[in-house]
Amino acid sequence: MEYYLQLIINGLVVGSIYSLVALGFVIIFKATKVVNFAQGEMVMVGAYVCFALTVQFQLPFLLSFLMTLAFSVLLALAVERMVLRPLIGEPIISVIMVTIGLSSMLKAFVQMCWGTQIQVFPPILPQDPFVLMGLPIAPVYVAAFCLSLLLFGIFSLFFKYSSLGIAMRATAFDQQAAQSMGIGIKSIFALSWCIAAVVSSIGGIILGNINGINAQLGHLGLKVFPAVILGGLDSLLGAALGGLIIGVLENLCEGVVKDLFGLGGFREVASFIVLVIILMVKPYGLFGTKEIERV
Amino acid sequence: MQKCGLFYTSYAAEDALFPSRFQKGCLALFFAALLACPLALDAYAISVLNLILIAVIGAVSLNLLTGMCGQMSLGHGAFVGVGAYGAAVLSNMGLPFFAALLGGGLLAAMVGMFFGIPSLRLKGIYLAISTLAAQLILEYVFLHWSGFTGGANGLPVEPPQIFGYSFDSDASIFYLILGVTTLSVLAVSNVARCRSGRAFVAIRDYHQSAENVGVNLFTFKLQAFGFSSFLAGIAGGLWAHYTMYITPEQFSISLSVSYLAMIIIGGMGSVLGSIFGAIFITLLPEALNLITTGLAGIAPDMSALIIPMKEGVFGLMLVLFLIFEPEGLARKWRLTKAYWKLYPFAY
Repeated sequence: MEYYLQLIINGLVVGSIYSLVALGFVIIFKATKVVNFAQGEMVMVGAYVCFALTVQFQLPFLLSFLMTLAFSVLLALAVERMVLRPLIGEPIISVIMVTIGLSSMLKAFVQMCWGTQIQVFPPILPQDPFVLMGLPIAPVYVAAFCLSLLLFGIFSLFFKYSSLGIAMRATAFDQQAAQSMGIGIKSIFALSWCIAAVVSSIGGIILGNINGINAQLGHLGLKVFPAVILGGLDSLLGAALGGLIIGVLENLCEGVVKDLFGLGGFREVASFIVLVIILMVKPYGLFGTKEIERV
Repeated sequence: MQKCGLFYTSYAAEDALFPSRFQKGCLALFFAALLACPLALDAYAISVLNLILIAVIGAVSLNLLTGMCGQMSLGHGAFVGVGAYGAAVLSNMGLPFFAALLGGGLLAAMVGMFFGIPSLRLKGIYLAISTLAAQLILEYVFLHWSGFTGGANGLPVEPPQIFGYSFDSDASIFYLILGVTTLSVLAVSNVARCRSGRAFVAIRDYHQSAENVGVNLFTFKLQAFGFSSFLAGIAGGLWAHYTMYITPEQFSISLSVSYLAMIIIGGMGSVLGSIFGAIFITLLPEALNLITTGLAGIAPDMSALIIPMKEGVFGLMLVLFLIFEPEGLARKWRLTKAYWKLYPFAY
């Protein structure tokens, strides 16, 4: 029992990072209708840049954290301007492939700069675990979970009350109407990429503090798909819940399958089996807009 | 009076694969050159040529599904893997080579059609994501169903044998692969100009009007998935018998991505384009190898950078082609041909 409780807690922490990455994904998809296969690589780049600033350049963590966020904003602006904007209006496969190409380039950049072996962040939070209901929980887990919750709170408020957030929602709803109301669509596109990059970098930094970072971190981006499909592709709340559910689910499945069949690594596919089932049964997910044309 | 250009007097003539005698002549010369390759080239060059030929089958089959029928698949690499494992297991059980190859192809077709079922309901990104799931689930099966696939240790395969003759050198297997590739390319070109092919294009261009003119979406989408994964399976079977050792990593998502890159760089929906794309993507790492070994004298610590550099250049090529030449090398080829056709009097 305790084992499963531990699995659930681990799942929640990993799930909260999935939620963050999924949040970035959904923001981009909602505003620009671009399916971003490079989301995981954006996480990885953020984690590595922060690592380089703290460990290699010996900057204080808070400063390097802020510099990483600034870097990811610049990266997102460059990517949006140079890669995505020429492809507005192109068929969906071209847009998907361009983000796949982008992910290859980002991965190559990280591997050329930092190699492939695992790198460890210096401990920032105290190491002594909390004890909750008899279970030890590392402080960094709690911090990760709280930070994700905080970010989700900030973004829900941002989308609900700030005029920029409302402009972004309007763009997502109807680009032409938004443009005729004087909203600059191009700057909204750029802004959504910036937000996605910042959120992903934060996810990457948290993850780096928990597990260390290596060049395989980008695979995390694939996990975003089950989360966003479960939650609904264009729903922020869906991204949050979907990430958490997928995180818990894959940890539980891993535990159950290991107990029952002795098969390892089931975590990697559990979420994708769920994904196929959702696509067959309820393709617009829990909170998504039901606009899929049935054939 | 000599006619200038191609004037068709019947629909059959217009529909022919090779409409002009000049084209047939060029093709014959090209094949003669290909057949002479093993005599002129060294073993390494022939092995690259073999890989190109196998990639051509994969790219052509994916182009049928994605380029012609408009159904994006991120799981093609896994379907190739299904064919490879199927053919390998069958031929290790003692079946003759061609039976094993066909068996692997049929197995891949069944798996492909199963994962194609979502395509009946889903479009665009949803389909892309569901085929991505197929890729990852199949990869897991390859890795963990070790009684069948050998798991992470891999599965050894004997070189193909036909009537007691063993194709165990690069040069001899080259002819075998060339034959199968030619057949596959001809098959796809013929499917493209028959009833099914026209239905595929109709579905790609607008599924509702296709349905209105009487195209059964269910049948034809499933047909496209089935035929495309069958050929993918054939490519996999050849690959297994050629490399003589298959492991799950060979059929990872990067294989799927590189097939997609081939048809995008080559030209979507064009058979010739898939061939160009397969050549381009297979030669890209070779060219980088040459460049880095050339530079090794100047900058000796390049070797650590070469693997990420391959990946980076691959991504860069993909992005550049999508931005600047979305119709791929096939269009460049058309333009070049038109230029030389009109050569001195272009205007």
